[in-house]
Amino acid sequence: MAKVAVIGVGQSTFTRSYPGSIRELAFEAFRDAMKDAGLKAGQIDASIICSAPEYDKQRTPSGLMAEYLGLNPQPTFYVESVCSSSSTGLRTAYGLIASGLHDVVLVLGFQKMSEISSAESQERMGRGADIQWEAPFGTMMPAYYAMYARGHMEKYGTTEEDLGLIRVKASTYGQINEKAAFRKALVLEKVMEPKYIATPLKMFDCCANADGSSCVILASEEKARDLCDKPILIKGLGMATAPINMAGRDTFSGLRCAQLAGKQAYEMAGISPADVDVAEVHDCFTIAEMMAYEDLGFAAPGEGKDLIRNKETYREGKIPVNVDGGLLSKGHPIGATGGSQIRTIVLQLREQAGDMQVADAKIGLVHNIGGVGIYGNVSIFGVE
Amino acid sequence: MGFDQFGIISFTGTTKAEQFVEFLKNNELRGTVCKECGAKFFPPRSDCAVCLSDEMDWFPITGEGTVVTFTKANFAPAGFEKDVPYALAVAEFADGIKVFGRLDKNLSDDEIKVGMKVKVRAVDLGDDRISYELTA
Ligand SMILES: [Zn+2]
Repeated sequence: MAKVAVIGVGQSTFTRSYPGSIRELAFEAFRDAMKDAGLKAGQIDASIICSAPEYDKQRTPSGLMAEYLGLNPQPTFYVESVCSSSSTGLRTAYGLIASGLHDVVLVLGFQKMSEISSAESQERMGRGADIQWEAPFGTMMPAYYAMYARGHMEKYGTTEEDLGLIRVKASTYGQINEKAAFRKALVLEKVMEPKYIATPLKMFDCCANADGSSCVILASEEKARDLCDKPILIKGLGMATAPINMAGRDTFSGLRCAQLAGKQAYEMAGISPADVDVAEVHDCFTIAEMMAYEDLGFAAPGEGKDLIRNKETYREGKIPVNVDGGLLSKGHPIGATGGSQIRTIVLQLREQAGDMQVADAKIGLVHNIGGVGIYGNVSIFGVE
Repeated sequence: MGFDQFGIISFTGTTKAEQFVEFLKNNELRGTVCKECGAKFFPPRSDCAVCLSDEMDWFPITGEGTVVTFTKANFAPAGFEKDVPYALAVAEFADGIKVFGRLDKNLSDDEIKVGMKVKVRAVDLGDDRISYELTA
């Protein structure tokens, strides 16, 4: 099968409340990626638009975006898997290019979570899982991940402080990421303030809503070599799913969809977890990063806590994770998050990550989860 | 009245599995079991994803279950604010059947643990609404 490469990446600054419309927000990432790739709009063969539709007032956003981005009359359509939408967009673009149907495909992720009122947002959050059998009890995302945190602590002896250390790490890098929404340093004492959202998760264990956009431009390897000095190749893609209902889950100490997606991606890339030089994982909650260490094989099950205690996931450690501040510092504009993670890894592999640069990064991994482990995408990138 | 009577707030009023509510009114929590292949489901399903049959029987969830995980929520989505704090849990019953729901409000924090034994029971919410909960 033909190889596929990333030739351009961009993202807006993530912010609590973007002072513009969704089309303008999307254009920020688009402009950034087009300039990065050195392309004109006519050179894009198709666009894939990604967001979580419950936050959009605009019906069928792809049509709007294709027009505003100057991408008519080329094909455009919408891809959704909540928080992992733009990684699913990447997967879709890969198929379009590898099949030979298109040469250059653009994946645009966006979310303006401030588009709706806080009360409306809360109401939608309650419907983020099975609305027939779970939402009638009053469910929301922190409570679901909290049940995984409890499961992990119970099985492996992970502590609240271990989770706090993950937030401290995130803030270390959030400070130096000019695209991040939250740039304040946090010390462990602050992170451990007992403000429980859903036990055992506290305020600082949770990422915040944000407005933002991301853009990734992909091309066939042949086209990429024409257009670009340092194309970053997609080496492996994995995607798996798990039951939406908690009653259908067989474990609460890891995410099955991530474990399976990781396995697929490693197999396709022909590498093992030890070969990964830098990773972006979906830290919507601190426990999500802890489980990712284990689900991706960076640590054996139950030993994720040793990685963070020994600072092995810091920039200088054995396996640097989320050295751009992660979702915890950047904020989590649902549809844009995966594209932002991909951008970070592409910049790392091009050695353009500035103060966040990991030395000698040749292979990078993105782990992007939709819902509470409903959808898991793992993507592996390499310089050759 | 049918399935829209289930839960504190109903988001979906119509399901072929609405008989679930009638069983709850008799203080019975029931799942479905496929007449063709015997697969058991909770929450109840009207269609079997194992053998594609749409012929289902109802079976009761009885006896003791074991709490697999839980959380105490101090914040709630719109419409549930007055209930906080409340505990949500997953418990496992016979044949590996898992039940997600709230824990009895009268249970103390000290009592609530992974591994605790629980039973299911129907809860009359007033205003002609009904739910179930996990209790010691
Ligand atoms: Zn069957």
